[in-house]
Amino acid sequence: MIKSRSIAVSVLAFAALTGGYSASFAAGGGGDGHGVKIERQEWSFSGPSGKYDSQQLQRGFGVYKEVCAACHGLSRIAFRNLAQPGGPAFNVEQVKALAATYEVPDEPDDEGEVKPRPARLADRFPPLFANEKAARAAQNGALPPDLSIIAKARGVAYSGTWYQHPIAMLKDIATAYQEGGADYIYALMTGYKDAPASMKMSEGMNYNTVYPGHQIAMAAPLSDGLDLYNDGTPETADNYARDVAAFLSWTSDPTLNERKSLGWMVMIFLLITSVLLYISKRRIWASAKH
Amino acid sequence: MSSHEDTYEPKGRVSKWMDERLPIARMMHGQFVDFPTPRNLNYLWTFGGILTFCLVVQIASGIVLAMHYIPAESMAFDSVQHIKRDVNYGWLIQPLHAVGASMFFIAVYIHIFRGLYYGSYKEPREVLWILGVLIFLVMMATGFLGYTLPWGQMSFWGVTVITNLFSSLDEVIPGLGTAVVTWLWGGYSVSGATLTRFFSLHYLLPFVLCGLVALHIWALHVAGQNNPTGLDIKTKSDSLPMSPYAVSKDLFALSVFIMLFAWFVFFAPDYLGHADNYIPANALVTPAHIVPEWYFLPFYAILRAIPSKLGGVIAMFGAIAVLAFVPWLDTSRVRSARYRPYFKWFFWLFAFTCLALGYLGSLPAEGIYVMWARIFTAYYFAFFLLVMPFLSLWETPTQMPGSISEAVLGKGSK
Repeated sequence: MIKSRSIAVSVLAFAALTGGYSASFAAGGGGDGHGVKIERQEWSFSGPSGKYDSQQLQRGFGVYKEVCAACHGLSRIAFRNLAQPGGPAFNVEQVKALAATYEVPDEPDDEGEVKPRPARLADRFPPLFANEKAARAAQNGALPPDLSIIAKARGVAYSGTWYQHPIAMLKDIATAYQEGGADYIYALMTGYKDAPASMKMSEGMNYNTVYPGHQIAMAAPLSDGLDLYNDGTPETADNYARDVAAFLSWTSDPTLNERKSLGWMVMIFLLITSVLLYISKRRIWASAKH
Repeated sequence: MSSHEDTYEPKGRVSKWMDERLPIARMMHGQFVDFPTPRNLNYLWTFGGILTFCLVVQIASGIVLAMHYIPAESMAFDSVQHIKRDVNYGWLIQPLHAVGASMFFIAVYIHIFRGLYYGSYKEPREVLWILGVLIFLVMMATGFLGYTLPWGQMSFWGVTVITNLFSSLDEVIPGLGTAVVTWLWGGYSVSGATLTRFFSLHYLLPFVLCGLVALHIWALHVAGQNNPTGLDIKTKSDSLPMSPYAVSKDLFALSVFIMLFAWFVFFAPDYLGHADNYIPANALVTPAHIVPEWYFLPFYAILRAIPSKLGGVIAMFGAIAVLAFVPWLDTSRVRSARYRPYFKWFFWLFAFTCLALGYLGSLPAEGIYVMWARIFTAYYFAFFLLVMPFLSLWETPTQMPGSISEAVLGKGSK
């Protein structure tokens, strides 16, 4: 009995560890802050039971629209998405009016000419630049990435000791930590500081504590009092950063609410099934010594 | 197939009619109901069933994904996003397949380590074991090809690094490596041509897996299952019919495994992946660290531990190939490590080595990490080439029970 229990424990530990490897590199590359500890933030959508706060997403969309949208596209998001449940959930009339302020190319007319028309719910956010070269030309050579899946394309690298790493992995699995992208965006938005005297900055670059290499082409986009909210939330750069990070988490993962709701139903179903299967297994084996 | 009592009794006219023409129901009944299983199997023996489940999940979810996925350079990445955002339940089916690959490998690694611990590869199960090694190899190929398909940065650069390994064959026959690489790529660089052929092969190999799995199960049902004592079934009391005994245990274990699976799918679908793969493939930008999927990391560490490129490639493939020779490398007459006081420790050190190599594979190959990767690589091979052949020369096995029944009754007193 003891034997089989210890086997079960080692199986679980092994499964968790092998599953946990990825944590050590899941956040590499793209935009992890090498050598910089990025603090984890509290998010309404973190953990197995977390859901988006549609008020926060609405505020975050406001920040995106007034600030980020000057340079960054949102090409995978359709206007209709803004009205869907589990997202900012604006009302449909509001979104229709918003869409109409954007222009998209119409179908070719009978003469074969393509004329612009106002966007509709089914259209996606139109691109800001004709192509990458045009984008770079407008931004001093830098390319502002599209923000549709930016929160999934960024993460936070593990920065502790190697011997604590397996524990950290297991903890992240148990708490379903998936908010590295949001943590990174928030840290980046609030990470602008004066460059230390020892650091030689390139022309037109800005110092950021979080950005890899610490030199980022984007100037600090947020500051207090930009007048972006209309729900009485304090107009601070910190709130803007938090809300836009939440909004970009939604654009990256628009089905999170639905996924987690179904997830709990599935887990409860499986738990009950497992208990029943265990009981029937016990009864079947009761007559057989093993 | 091993001989045992046949209790199949066709009921009804249709079953009788069928039984006289194609007795498939009789065969299934014989192999999966009456089939004698050792009565002392522990939960590590439930992973065969779990793996079959994983294969079915991968094929079923993969077929649906292929209905919506577009294997073209300019559309692959977008089509995966389209699946996740716009296809009905695409947000569920896509992670089911991606997480499913990881679950498949977690299960297969536990299955392999169980085989190594209890000596399941030993006579008369050598062919069964070799078929298992082939399954593992084809699984790795399928996983690698599949990881290419989302066409993100890590897909693209992973393919670039791994396919480039074959260029080391130039050191053997000048021009051979380059020719192989060009052939794999379908051109002179990783491109849309590479993607389409990898998609085609990714769809093909799972059916090869099905064939190998059928042979693996066939071979298992000829030799019979090993068990924690490593003793053969000698008398009728050593075994129990597969149904309902082993089946009830398998179903409970499967249900628990699906809970782990569902946890990742619903609450942490990206945990097992890499953030960089959400950046579309770009041949002009190399990621800071190129790492394969977690299940390749131990082999990736071995590859990078060897200072020569060709040597690294040989070591990496050798690390898998050596498994096929285990039935003859291990000279012990006792199967189960339970009765091998020293082998047990070497085994756990080997398990730790694999985990350590995996960890090192995820880190950049620099400084102290390289040294540790070399030490663990050395032990990885020493386990197979030194411990297995020579340990049994002076290791005295501990007292073994006379039979499976005796082992069960001895333990039964608790």
